[in-house]
Amino acid sequence: MSRRRSRSGLALALELAVPLALLGAWALWSSRSTSFFNPPLTDILDTFAETWIFERIPTDLAPSLARLLIGYALAACAGVALGLMLGSSPLAQRACAPLVEFSRAIPAPALIPIAITLIGIGNDMKVTLIAFVCFFPVLLNTIDGVSGIDPTLRATVQAYGLTRRERILRVVLPAASPQIFAGLRVSLSIGLLVMVVSEMVASTSGVGYFVLQAQQSFRIEDMWAGILMLGLLGYVLNGLFLLVEARVLAWHRGARASATADTT
Amino acid sequence: MHRGTRMAPVVLVAVLLVLWELIARLSLLPRPEFPTMTGTAVELVRLLGTSQPWLASAQTLQAWALGMVIAIVLAVPVGIAVGTNRMLYRSVRLVIEFLRPVPSVALIPLAILIAGAGLTSKVGLAVFGAFWPLLLQCYYGMQDLDPVAEDTARSFGLGRFARFRHVALPSAVPYIATGARIASAIVLTVVVSAEIVIGAPGLGREVFVAQTSGAYETTYAITFLIGMLAWGLNVGVSAAERRVLHWHPSQRPVEA
Amino acid sequence: MTILEVEHLRKTYGEGPRATHAVGDLSFSVSSGEFVCIVGPSGCGKSTLLKCMSGLLPASSGEVRLAGRRITGPPPAMALVFQEYGRSLFPWMSVRDNVLLPLRHKGLSKDEQRRLVTDSIDEVGLTRFGDHYPWQLSGGMQQRVAIARALAYQPEVLLMDEPFASVDAQTRSDLEDLILNVRDRYGVTVVFVTHDIDESVYLADRIVVLTPAPTEVKETLTVDLPSPRDQVATKELPEFAHLRAHTYRLIMRPSDHEDPVGATAGAVAHGSPK
Repeated sequence: MSRRRSRSGLALALELAVPLALLGAWALWSSRSTSFFNPPLTDILDTFAETWIFERIPTDLAPSLARLLIGYALAACAGVALGLMLGSSPLAQRACAPLVEFSRAIPAPALIPIAITLIGIGNDMKVTLIAFVCFFPVLLNTIDGVSGIDPTLRATVQAYGLTRRERILRVVLPAASPQIFAGLRVSLSIGLLVMVVSEMVASTSGVGYFVLQAQQSFRIEDMWAGILMLGLLGYVLNGLFLLVEARVLAWHRGARASATADTT
Repeated sequence: MHRGTRMAPVVLVAVLLVLWELIARLSLLPRPEFPTMTGTAVELVRLLGTSQPWLASAQTLQAWALGMVIAIVLAVPVGIAVGTNRMLYRSVRLVIEFLRPVPSVALIPLAILIAGAGLTSKVGLAVFGAFWPLLLQCYYGMQDLDPVAEDTARSFGLGRFARFRHVALPSAVPYIATGARIASAIVLTVVVSAEIVIGAPGLGREVFVAQTSGAYETTYAITFLIGMLAWGLNVGVSAAERRVLHWHPSQRPVEA
Repeated sequence: MTILEVEHLRKTYGEGPRATHAVGDLSFSVSSGEFVCIVGPSGCGKSTLLKCMSGLLPASSGEVRLAGRRITGPPPAMALVFQEYGRSLFPWMSVRDNVLLPLRHKGLSKDEQRRLVTDSIDEVGLTRFGDHYPWQLSGGMQQRVAIARALAYQPEVLLMDEPFASVDAQTRSDLEDLILNVRDRYGVTVVFVTHDIDESVYLADRIVVLTPAPTEVKETLTVDLPSPRDQVATKELPEFAHLRAHTYRLIMRPSDHEDPVGATAGAVAHGSPK
């Protein structure tokens, strides 16, 4: 028992020590480096603090976040709503299948040029494009979740004569929610990617714009600070997402855990 | 199956194409840059008669293939090591958790500085993007090892390496295959992104150049080509996955 | 008084020469308050029959009437308990919410709903488990939740599709006694499909024995065992042994196995595990 505890203590120490050691190594390496691309880590962190607390939050971070979140929210609503409809209609599902497959497969940034020709290079274009590319993973996963509902569950719902509203809100939506969340998670990373790329090629604000500008004008510390900001953004958004998912799908984890416990 | 359901997708696509033509012909969109469907189709046929799209496709595909191979070669051994060694997992857990959600396109400016606007940048970025999901899939695969299978192998006196070779690895293969399918989409997306932003040669650059030079039919035609390429890769990788996994329960038809 | 009538019911899956005749011309009736068990060889259309009776499947011809009215969809006076308890309960809802869900649209007051939910959960012996999730409970307890949900719905007829087929033997006899108790206290009519002959003799007032697919009624037996029944005493009675043997012979008579392929096809078509 005590051996076990000391092992887990060691694991915890390792868990913290390794990232710190890596950071330390980077700091040491960059402080000695004479390379232009590899400024000292301390300089990068100083620039990061200067840039992002709080000077560029309203000019770059806020526009980026607004584009991403609005587009993402639109996609989530539309994807779930349409997924619920298509999921219960095999004919419509079949009819849309090739279009949906094609739109899902195409790499999201490849749509930027067409989006520019259709909507221009303003905010509308970025929001629309983010919404469009985030839409398909949510749609497909919702369809998957809805059409995968257990037949016994469906029969139960029918036998007890639930109303349409009850059926959708209390049964179909929760039953499909594990798949819906899987789609939402994929969408989040695609949305972030499209946000960055579209800001790099067609924008005058945003974190993606800032990073590429910094590189092109050889402000290397600024570039690094921007990259750190994008990394942080991805990490925080993902973390928030997992938090929400863990709350909403607590029942699903419990049910799965008890199911695997039964079979072993 | 009824004939109606079989025809439904064809009908829908036809209706949308006609709708596209009408909208463009009647100038229903406020923007003049919207080409007609027929014009785009003609342009597509013309393009396919030249070497340009074929060369660009080859460049994009080359970056995709290199990215896939390198990502797999790097991520699978690391994933297996992390999946079999608890201490190793704990020590790199935070690093993985922090780096995985970082959008790989954020590193585009850095890649330009280090490797310029060529193949190396594209592939490097793609490998960074695909590495993490592949790594995690391998890790899950090693974690999911059925203790009964492991005990069976032990009871028959299989050694450590034999157990790894004949029990652990085969049970991780489905996860690695899924990881490869996810990685394929990521690699292609990142490669195209890099071509658009950096201007590295490939379909991404072609489509962006077409748009900035006002060749709208060409823009639409190349976007369509990129879609077909992506769709073809998707079908190919899924088929390969099914071949590798023909023995796995997930591939059997579901019984009601 | 007759509450449920099945008249010349037929159910065919598919069309033309490849059609599977699951139920072929079946008629019987159930009196109010009666406990009727339906037994038949495995693969006969028992589950199909029950689905037609509950209005979940349309009959190919003939009809089912509840209190004189023809059934076209699931009627509000009927509740259903499935064999697959784990899949008919909603894993994202607590036990209470599972029981409450079908009551929401019945136009009852909040107090009335709460009373029905509490009473029926008490009735099946799960008083302390109202706030648990189904997957935190054992299989037998989950099936009790499904029974509580059916009771709270206040049906006149309770249809049960092999409800105890997937629980262990001890739990099974507990649940059998529970359902007999519930029948006495609520005065509900029960139609109980099973493939277990002992179970049918132990529970039923009357047994409807079916032939293999295309299913018809082979014989209807009245069970004259004293009430209340007891797992040990009742099963020791010579009448019990006699009824059991008789039912067994009806089901297992070799001449009935002429068409084993057709019989299993009937079961596969609607996805019954047994």
